[in-house]
Amino acid sequence: MTGPANRAIAPIGAGTHWAVGGPPPAGATEVRAPAGVIAYEPADMTITVGAATTFDEVDGILAEHGQECALDPRSRAATIGGILACGLSGVRRLRHGPVRDHVLEVRFETGDGRMVKGGGPTVKNVTGYDLPRLFVGSLGTIGVLHQATLRCRPRFAGARWFTASDASGAYRPSARLWDGDRETVLFEGVPADIEVQGRGLQPAAAAPALPEGEHRGRISVAPGRVVACARALAADVRWCAELGIGTIHVAADSAPALLSARTAAHAHGGWMLREAGGPTDDDGYGIPLPNAPVMRRIKEAFDPAGNLNPGRLPLGTS
Amino acid sequence: MSAEPLELALYARDAGVAVGQAVAVCFPRSGEEVAAAVGVARRHGRPFVARGSGTGLAGGATPLDDPVVIVTTQMNRVLEVDADARVAWVEPGVLNLDLSRAVGHLGLHYAPDPSSQQACTIGGNVGTNAGGPHCLADGVTSAHVLAVDVVLADGTLTRLGGLVPDAPGYDLRGCFVGSEGTMGIATRIAVRLMPDPPSVATMLCAFDSVEAAAATVSGIIAAGVLPAALEMMDARITRAVEDFVGAGYPRDAEAVLLAEVDGLEHGVAEHVDAISSVARANGATLVRVAADDSERALLWKGRKSAFGAIARIAPDYYLHDAVVPRTKLVAVLRRVYEIAEQHDLIVMNVFHAGDGNLHPLLVFDRREPGVWDRVYSAGTEILDACLEAGGVLTGEHGVGMEKRDLMPRMFTVDDLDAQARLRDAFDPDGAANPQKVLPRGSRCGEMQRVPEGAWI
Repeated sequence: MTGPANRAIAPIGAGTHWAVGGPPPAGATEVRAPAGVIAYEPADMTITVGAATTFDEVDGILAEHGQECALDPRSRAATIGGILACGLSGVRRLRHGPVRDHVLEVRFETGDGRMVKGGGPTVKNVTGYDLPRLFVGSLGTIGVLHQATLRCRPRFAGARWFTASDASGAYRPSARLWDGDRETVLFEGVPADIEVQGRGLQPAAAAPALPEGEHRGRISVAPGRVVACARALAADVRWCAELGIGTIHVAADSAPALLSARTAAHAHGGWMLREAGGPTDDDGYGIPLPNAPVMRRIKEAFDPAGNLNPGRLPLGTS
Repeated sequence: MSAEPLELALYARDAGVAVGQAVAVCFPRSGEEVAAAVGVARRHGRPFVARGSGTGLAGGATPLDDPVVIVTTQMNRVLEVDADARVAWVEPGVLNLDLSRAVGHLGLHYAPDPSSQQACTIGGNVGTNAGGPHCLADGVTSAHVLAVDVVLADGTLTRLGGLVPDAPGYDLRGCFVGSEGTMGIATRIAVRLMPDPPSVATMLCAFDSVEAAAATVSGIIAAGVLPAALEMMDARITRAVEDFVGAGYPRDAEAVLLAEVDGLEHGVAEHVDAISSVARANGATLVRVAADDSERALLWKGRKSAFGAIARIAPDYYLHDAVVPRTKLVAVLRRVYEIAEQHDLIVMNVFHAGDGNLHPLLVFDRREPGVWDRVYSAGTEILDACLEAGGVLTGEHGVGMEKRDLMPRMFTVDDLDAQARLRDAFDPDGAANPQKVLPRGSRCGEMQRVPEGAWI
């Protein structure tokens, strides 16, 4: 289904997630979406933006009204289109939900040039099929996002990080990160409650940094296996695990080291998505794509000529 | 499997108004039996329709095109509860409230709580992507379903999503939830359970105008408070409920708001204060915080008995479901009353104000000649008013048959074509719950495209 390289189209935002799923071939035509806020009504807790609007800009505008949309990309320069296309959730997912739960409406152009709207602009909507969730994580392979309507919420009055030995019993922490020695937990809410929740814990200055390196990826395993999987990682793999979720952020200085993390993920019933670096000839999840026939038909339905991001996941290597 | 006339008649409709006709009805007890039933239907060239308790209001389970109806009510076991991971695996026929009851002793609950929760199934909830009063803060069904084992239209049994986050590839789980049985049948569902909040406060606020109540809703959000639930009832429904169950609602109020905040102790107290101030600033005639659990339960009993209370006004009602932006609530409500008056109908409003999800109830007596035409026209005009205000056709009941032919009012030819392509990717032959959700002619090949600007 891969079209000729000279007709390949690669939607591009800020390029902060460019390696995710494997870049399209050289010579692909890069297309950029419009940027800017199209509509924001604080009392509706929804914001509609052009897909090339950066997270930093959206967050700044929402902050002026005491609101936020907890997409939490690694880089604030990331665009809303890039965040949605990659579908990589931030570390506050435990409380705020994954990226897909923040998207109300999408407008994208399909591979055969149709402008399509899916979902609706209201905070609640079940009219028709859930194209917004289909789009999130589709890595630019079914359409070029033009605009999206996001669900926002009031910013919590307070937010503080603490180190703890085990915060599994705490009431709805926003994040629980673990580096093998200690857990760092984020509580959000009114300051008086945070103070009670933090009693007996050591305040932490800030969120722990996610591992950096030329070769990066994220492991997904069932939440109950995240500790065992992290412990099985090789010494040359730096990592940070999201407890309660099952994501382990990994980084290494060599491609083989990153691939060893994928092997550990497999051994614990999961997989690893490469986010940066790594061997360029291996861009899959490292496991057979589940329900590939349905996914292939979806790809063909939205991009019959295979022009959109040829070679990129999810079907790039299958 | 049964083809007895009585059984077929029983399963010819759900709680909506449309009536269909099945060729056979079956009651499988496992995923394998569901797959076998789909296989039998397909071998005989028949489509199939999944059905839970039949509480759907949009006709989503109406058997059309002489299908086999596959009833999941025998598959009603909670299979596994992992309290540490806060996940439960359930069969599709488990009743919504039974799930929360089954995990209550662990300090957990299942968040989506449709008004029909004593009768509706989790499988049906997955089909419609059901909501409920407590979906304001934490989202509707799709945000609470991690994985679905399904029988696809070709009879294969497969898993969509999973307990491992972010399954590789497209989010088929996300596509399936809310697809109203048109992409296959759920046979096992993994749901996320929520920890019970340590503190809960339920408040009743009364107003002498709907406008003041709606302004309070916007004011609460503007004050940075996101309640767990925020429900509104107009004067007519308030009095009907009070006559019916004696929930302690003031009979002289033009509108009442039921607000619930939950979480940790101090946050709840601060939010109760904030809501009280906003309500008083908007002229509330009464602000009361339930003193204990029994008073809380009584306040909620009133809200959840609303539809039963209507029987005291008229024998029949038609319940609509549409969403408008919160900021348009007052203007749209005014239009709803006008439209009902123009059609000489009584309308009552009880709805999820926090998320703008309106449920206008048109009450009538079907024995009155011609009344149904008026109810239908008024309903369609109400939906148009919601769409004009930037709203959507349905917030939680689904499209089914009821709103299928109204879809072009919200979506373009290309939008509908894209949705049809997605549906066809799951079910190329159109065997799963045919003629639902999308109107005939949604696929571009099926219709003559009219050039833009042309008069027809």
